[in-house]
Amino acid sequence: MSEADRTVLSMRDVKKNFGPVAALKNMRLEVRPGRVHTILGENGAGKSTLMKILVGVHPPTEGRMELDGQPYLPQNPTEASQRGLAIVFQELSLCNNLSVAENIMATHEPARYGFINDRKLRQQAAELVANLGLPVNVDAKVGQLSIAQRQLVEIAKGLSHPAKVLILDEPTSSLSDSEAEILFGIIARLKARGTAIIYISHRMEEIMRLSDDITVIRDGEYVTTRAREDTTIEELIALMVGRRMDEIYPPALEPLPGLSTAPVLQVSGLTRAGEFDDVTFDLCPGEIHGFFGLVGSGRSEVMSALFGMREAQGEIRVDGRAVRFRNAADAIKAGIGFVTENRKEEGLVLGAALRTNISAAAIPAFTGRAGFMNFGAERRAALAEVQRLAIRTNSLDTLAGTLSGGNQQKVVLAKWLLTRPRVLILDEPTRGVDVGAKFEIYRIIRQLASEGTAILMVSSELPEVLGLADRVSIMAGGRITATVAGTDLTPERVMAYATGTLK
Amino acid sequence: MTQTPDPITASQGHRLRALMLQYGGILLALVLLCVIFTALNGRFMTVANLTNILQQVAVVAIAAFGMTWVILLGEIDLSIGSIIAVAGMVGALALGFGFVPALLLTLAAGALMGAINGVLTAKLMLPSFIVTVATMGIYRGLVSLPTNGAPAMIADPAWLAIGAGTFLGLPIIIWIVLVLFVFNHILLSRTTFGRRTYLTGGNREAALYSGIKVDRLKIAIFTLSGVMAAVAGILLSSRLYSAQTNAGMSYELDAIAAAVLGGTSLAGGVGTMVGTLIGALIIGVMNNGMNMLSVPYFYQLIVKGLVILIAVWLDVRAKQRRA
Ligand SMILES: Nc1ncnc2c1ncn2[C@@H]1O[C@H](COP(=O)(O)OP(=O)(O)OP(=O)(O)O)[C@@H](O)[C@H]1O
Ligand SMILES: [Mg+2]
Repeated sequence: MSEADRTVLSMRDVKKNFGPVAALKNMRLEVRPGRVHTILGENGAGKSTLMKILVGVHPPTEGRMELDGQPYLPQNPTEASQRGLAIVFQELSLCNNLSVAENIMATHEPARYGFINDRKLRQQAAELVANLGLPVNVDAKVGQLSIAQRQLVEIAKGLSHPAKVLILDEPTSSLSDSEAEILFGIIARLKARGTAIIYISHRMEEIMRLSDDITVIRDGEYVTTRAREDTTIEELIALMVGRRMDEIYPPALEPLPGLSTAPVLQVSGLTRAGEFDDVTFDLCPGEIHGFFGLVGSGRSEVMSALFGMREAQGEIRVDGRAVRFRNAADAIKAGIGFVTENRKEEGLVLGAALRTNISAAAIPAFTGRAGFMNFGAERRAALAEVQRLAIRTNSLDTLAGTLSGGNQQKVVLAKWLLTRPRVLILDEPTRGVDVGAKFEIYRIIRQLASEGTAILMVSSELPEVLGLADRVSIMAGGRITATVAGTDLTPERVMAYATGTLK
Repeated sequence: MTQTPDPITASQGHRLRALMLQYGGILLALVLLCVIFTALNGRFMTVANLTNILQQVAVVAIAAFGMTWVILLGEIDLSIGSIIAVAGMVGALALGFGFVPALLLTLAAGALMGAINGVLTAKLMLPSFIVTVATMGIYRGLVSLPTNGAPAMIADPAWLAIGAGTFLGLPIIIWIVLVLFVFNHILLSRTTFGRRTYLTGGNREAALYSGIKVDRLKIAIFTLSGVMAAVAGILLSSRLYSAQTNAGMSYELDAIAAAVLGGTSLAGGVGTMVGTLIGALIIGVMNNGMNMLSVPYFYQLIVKGLVILIAVWLDVRAKQRRA
């Protein structure tokens, strides 16, 4: 038996129930060394749950697992890690108050008698980061890093001790292409060393490029496993969603007649020292205006200033009138909505019900007499959004924190759609969302635009920006370096402006 | 709009189960304590004694309603014991102007002291723990200023009737607890103010981005806590016929214990007034039952501490298992 045919990890008939919710019904998986095994499934299909069972976060309700031919049933993540499994979780799990080095080395700090050797810790972390080729500063506090950088730290943490099986749960969902390339390089090296890699992603091109084997799951059930050579993106999507999908970006819709052509939002000379400089642009009703740039180019900072969450110099006009937002409440009142980038921090109250989260930014709309909540109207509105976005849940009272990652993302979107904004800022709106749902979200964005909503879209996924935006402003080093539209809107040109090769 | 059946809202049976899940453990603890004390002392389970318990628990319960708001926000208010004492003193001295002015002045004093806590916490961005440890000392010191540490006696019949009178067969003090319970419960569970409190306590950042004015909310809630403490101070001074400089000492701990026993999470965002009321009753039953059994004070402290630990541990464990 050759090395590549050996199974390092297998699971059979695995079931997992969360109370009445059957997250996994009948899972099976065989992972071989030196191969990348992708798990593909819609949002809420059970991918993350499966991984958490593998690393001992949740015990399976039923089923058998084997590691290197031995029975395997980890009681906790420490045991899983001792047996040779490592994981990079989908939801970031870093301590914001600690440094990058401290996070990376957490749980195995170099220490003697319980005293941590800080110098050694820093040095080991720096070495690891350098070996991996990651562009992060190990002395920085995690709380100050961008999401992409935090994701890279999370990856470094997962790789900080050797593993037989490495699990990567949507590691690229918040990375731009260049950072993703670094990760792919790391994966190739690990593969060559014989590490088995379990990979989860919703980016189909990436899956086809990296995978050796692909297991499709649907509604918690095993569907099939294919070798990469024997399948196509179209077939995989059909297996995953249960129907064929012919296009990824819905076509632009005719704008409704009578849309005003006067800009709804005018920004000029917006500046905040150290973050962005002289940002100027107009936004018209019905327009989809993309903002593209590499990580750290200042896009998210500009958006949060537009939303009143950051003070900045310069002028913002809404409907031609100069405004000064002191807080988000002012911005919301002026008709601005902001689908934030980090769902766990700015987006959701994880310990609150789905319904409560969806209505959180629209509380004034559900205020009845004397400050009483109008619960009936709130439920109806939340239900409508849940159905419109096909959020997978069995009750509006489900806690947001128990939804799958992609479904949490949809809740953030639902929350802002409910405020019926005239200007909708989208910061990475489809992060972690499956292909079917992505199409649905794109369709909704198009629909809103045709009805006159002005849309500002920040995304690190270039195809997404090119596929939807009418105009794209490219940011580099805190400035808008170019704004392109029409036939100029090609991947090459946009990347060239973003990286500074074109000026 | 047509009324379509709503497939994803909780059914009634589901709600009842959720209620049992939420309060089952803590109610069981309350019943258990009652059974034990009844077995040990025949006079425990009498109408007279149960009314007595309710009267004794009133001051802590009302303070705990205010504390619940503060804890829901993820903050803490350690100054309420001192506010109780200041309120009593303000009331006793202001009774010279008449009953109603004294009442209003006392409540205003509570609101002011609470607002100071809130402003320091929200605007100076100091941790509420530090702020209220400091004001706990300051307010406690202020009590002694007017009388140089001596108690101020109260003779006003209306003021004394609050603690001693009855209305429709029930002690007035119990009516006050009930009214304030209903008020706080409705404010928390039915209004946008309550909703904003839950959201902010659950995730302050997300609340800010949702357009909630977190600073204002914080000040309002500390003010509310101060007012509740002032009411508690009025009741206490009425029952003691005087304002004492050491009145309400360490009541903040009983109030915190009541809220936490009732399932309020110190991390914020989780808790209810119903839970807090049950928590306060547990503390009242323990105090009363052990007094009846003449358990020495220091043993009472030990037992109370242990019961709180066990109850909270059981509750946490049960919730984890069901999750
Ligand atoms: N702790 C939990 N309590 C209750 N239900 C849960 C819990 N964790 C997950 N679930 C449910 O299990 C199902 C599967 O979730 P899971 O996170 O595994 O999906 P996923 O395939 O990773 O989706 P995504 O692509 O969106 O990340 C979902 O319906 C989710 O709501
Ligand atoms: Mg997942």
